[in-house]
Amino acid sequence: MSEVSVTENAGGPAPAADRLVVLDHVNKHFGALHVLQDIDLTINRGEVVVVIGPSGSGKSTLCRTINRLETIDSGSITIDGKPLPQEGRELARLRADVGMVFQSFNLFAHKTVLENVMLGQTKVRRTDKAKAAEKARALLDRVGVGTQADKYPAQLSGGQQQRVAIARALAMDPKVMLFDEPTSALDPEMINEVLDVMQQLARDGMTMVVVTHEMGFARSAANRVVFMADGRIVEEAEPNQFFNNPRSERAKDFLSKILHH
Amino acid sequence: MNVLLDYLPEFRDGFLGTLAITASSGLLALVLGVLIAGFRVSPIPPLRAFGTGWVTVLRNTPLTLLFLVAFFVVPQILFQGASPFVLATLALGFYTSSFVCEAVRSGINTVPLGQAEAARSIGMTFTQTLRLIVLPQATRTVLAPLSSILIALTKNSAIAGAFSFAELFSVSKLLNDKGYTVAWIFLWTALGYLVITFSISGLFRLLERRMGVAR
Repeated sequence: MSEVSVTENAGGPAPAADRLVVLDHVNKHFGALHVLQDIDLTINRGEVVVVIGPSGSGKSTLCRTINRLETIDSGSITIDGKPLPQEGRELARLRADVGMVFQSFNLFAHKTVLENVMLGQTKVRRTDKAKAAEKARALLDRVGVGTQADKYPAQLSGGQQQRVAIARALAMDPKVMLFDEPTSALDPEMINEVLDVMQQLARDGMTMVVVTHEMGFARSAANRVVFMADGRIVEEAEPNQFFNNPRSERAKDFLSKILHH
Repeated sequence: MNVLLDYLPEFRDGFLGTLAITASSGLLALVLGVLIAGFRVSPIPPLRAFGTGWVTVLRNTPLTLLFLVAFFVVPQILFQGASPFVLATLALGFYTSSFVCEAVRSGINTVPLGQAEAARSIGMTFTQTLRLIVLPQATRTVLAPLSSILIALTKNSAIAGAFSFAELFSVSKLLNDKGYTVAWIFLWTALGYLVITFSISGLFRLLERRMGVAR
């Protein structure tokens, strides 16, 4: 009993082990623009949280603050019980545990697909080359681009590049994966191949934060939908509840504009 | 015409002197320049300030003044009894490093920010990101300005001749003082420089062709 109360004091009301990412009163400004206003968000282990909202609502920024690609002005962010450290080795170690997938893929242009997936393992995790290559090939097969291993990123289609980027992040065995609009730069016919990989990941129990405009994915894969507008979290709900019966006017307005076409 | 044949050993030594001083100070400039460029884009403010200071001081000081410092101040404090070769290498290398630094920094800025973000997001440190991801992709853009900088260095090395280091310019001055026809001396001296500068631009053209990065 006493042990439980100790964890509660350290971590708050919910069992500390389940709370993987905790944002507490996070604020950020870009000059005069208050992009993140008092954001409170908790992501539990194994949960898939989809963040949606209009452009400029701060959802990408929110995603990027979680691995400190964007710094915050006030508030706190903890990952697996550890507050985000300052820039340096400590932060690098923590980032290795947080996978990130970007809108523009950002594969290393001067490395082959296989090297892209191996690099983090060999240079950050210090895995030996043969083992890293074996794991990289397995991951590339898993995302369906195993045959492209020796090509350079520029030789691949957008959908293939994005799946390689997912494999690159998975190679680090991350505790949580952040997706920053992973399908927004893709041709329509390539969106599904990326979403399929993400669906599979979600089913495998990966903890995911997904910023997206893909409402279909939000409906089918999310445990929870977070709706942001003007730098605030306006509504948080389970997907069915959110799409069929949104509580806030702002969400009703947003959904009416995107769903009725 | 006869000047060359009569003083072939002197011309040869002068040519080798220019070659040696260019190579050694070029190497020093490249190493220092890349290092200082790393400082200038580093997340640590004191390193950035140091890099900015380095470039500001060395780039804006006349080279002759740097030579005066290297030959008359430095030996008093540090390298007592250092050879003119070492002192000239220091002056030329430090001076040129500021230009190399700025060329490398401009190359770093051409690499899309996303590349560094992706590297950081898989847990690479700043140094790893720079060494493994950013600098290799910056190299190709840096080659063109770098070849100009090294050619300028070759010609700047003539100043070392005025500071008791035997190279092409000092040989031409020596023969000039002996009363030979200026035109011929200059022609041979110029040819010596051209051999080096053409080799540099040729080498860099080759490198540029071999280092294409597909995007």
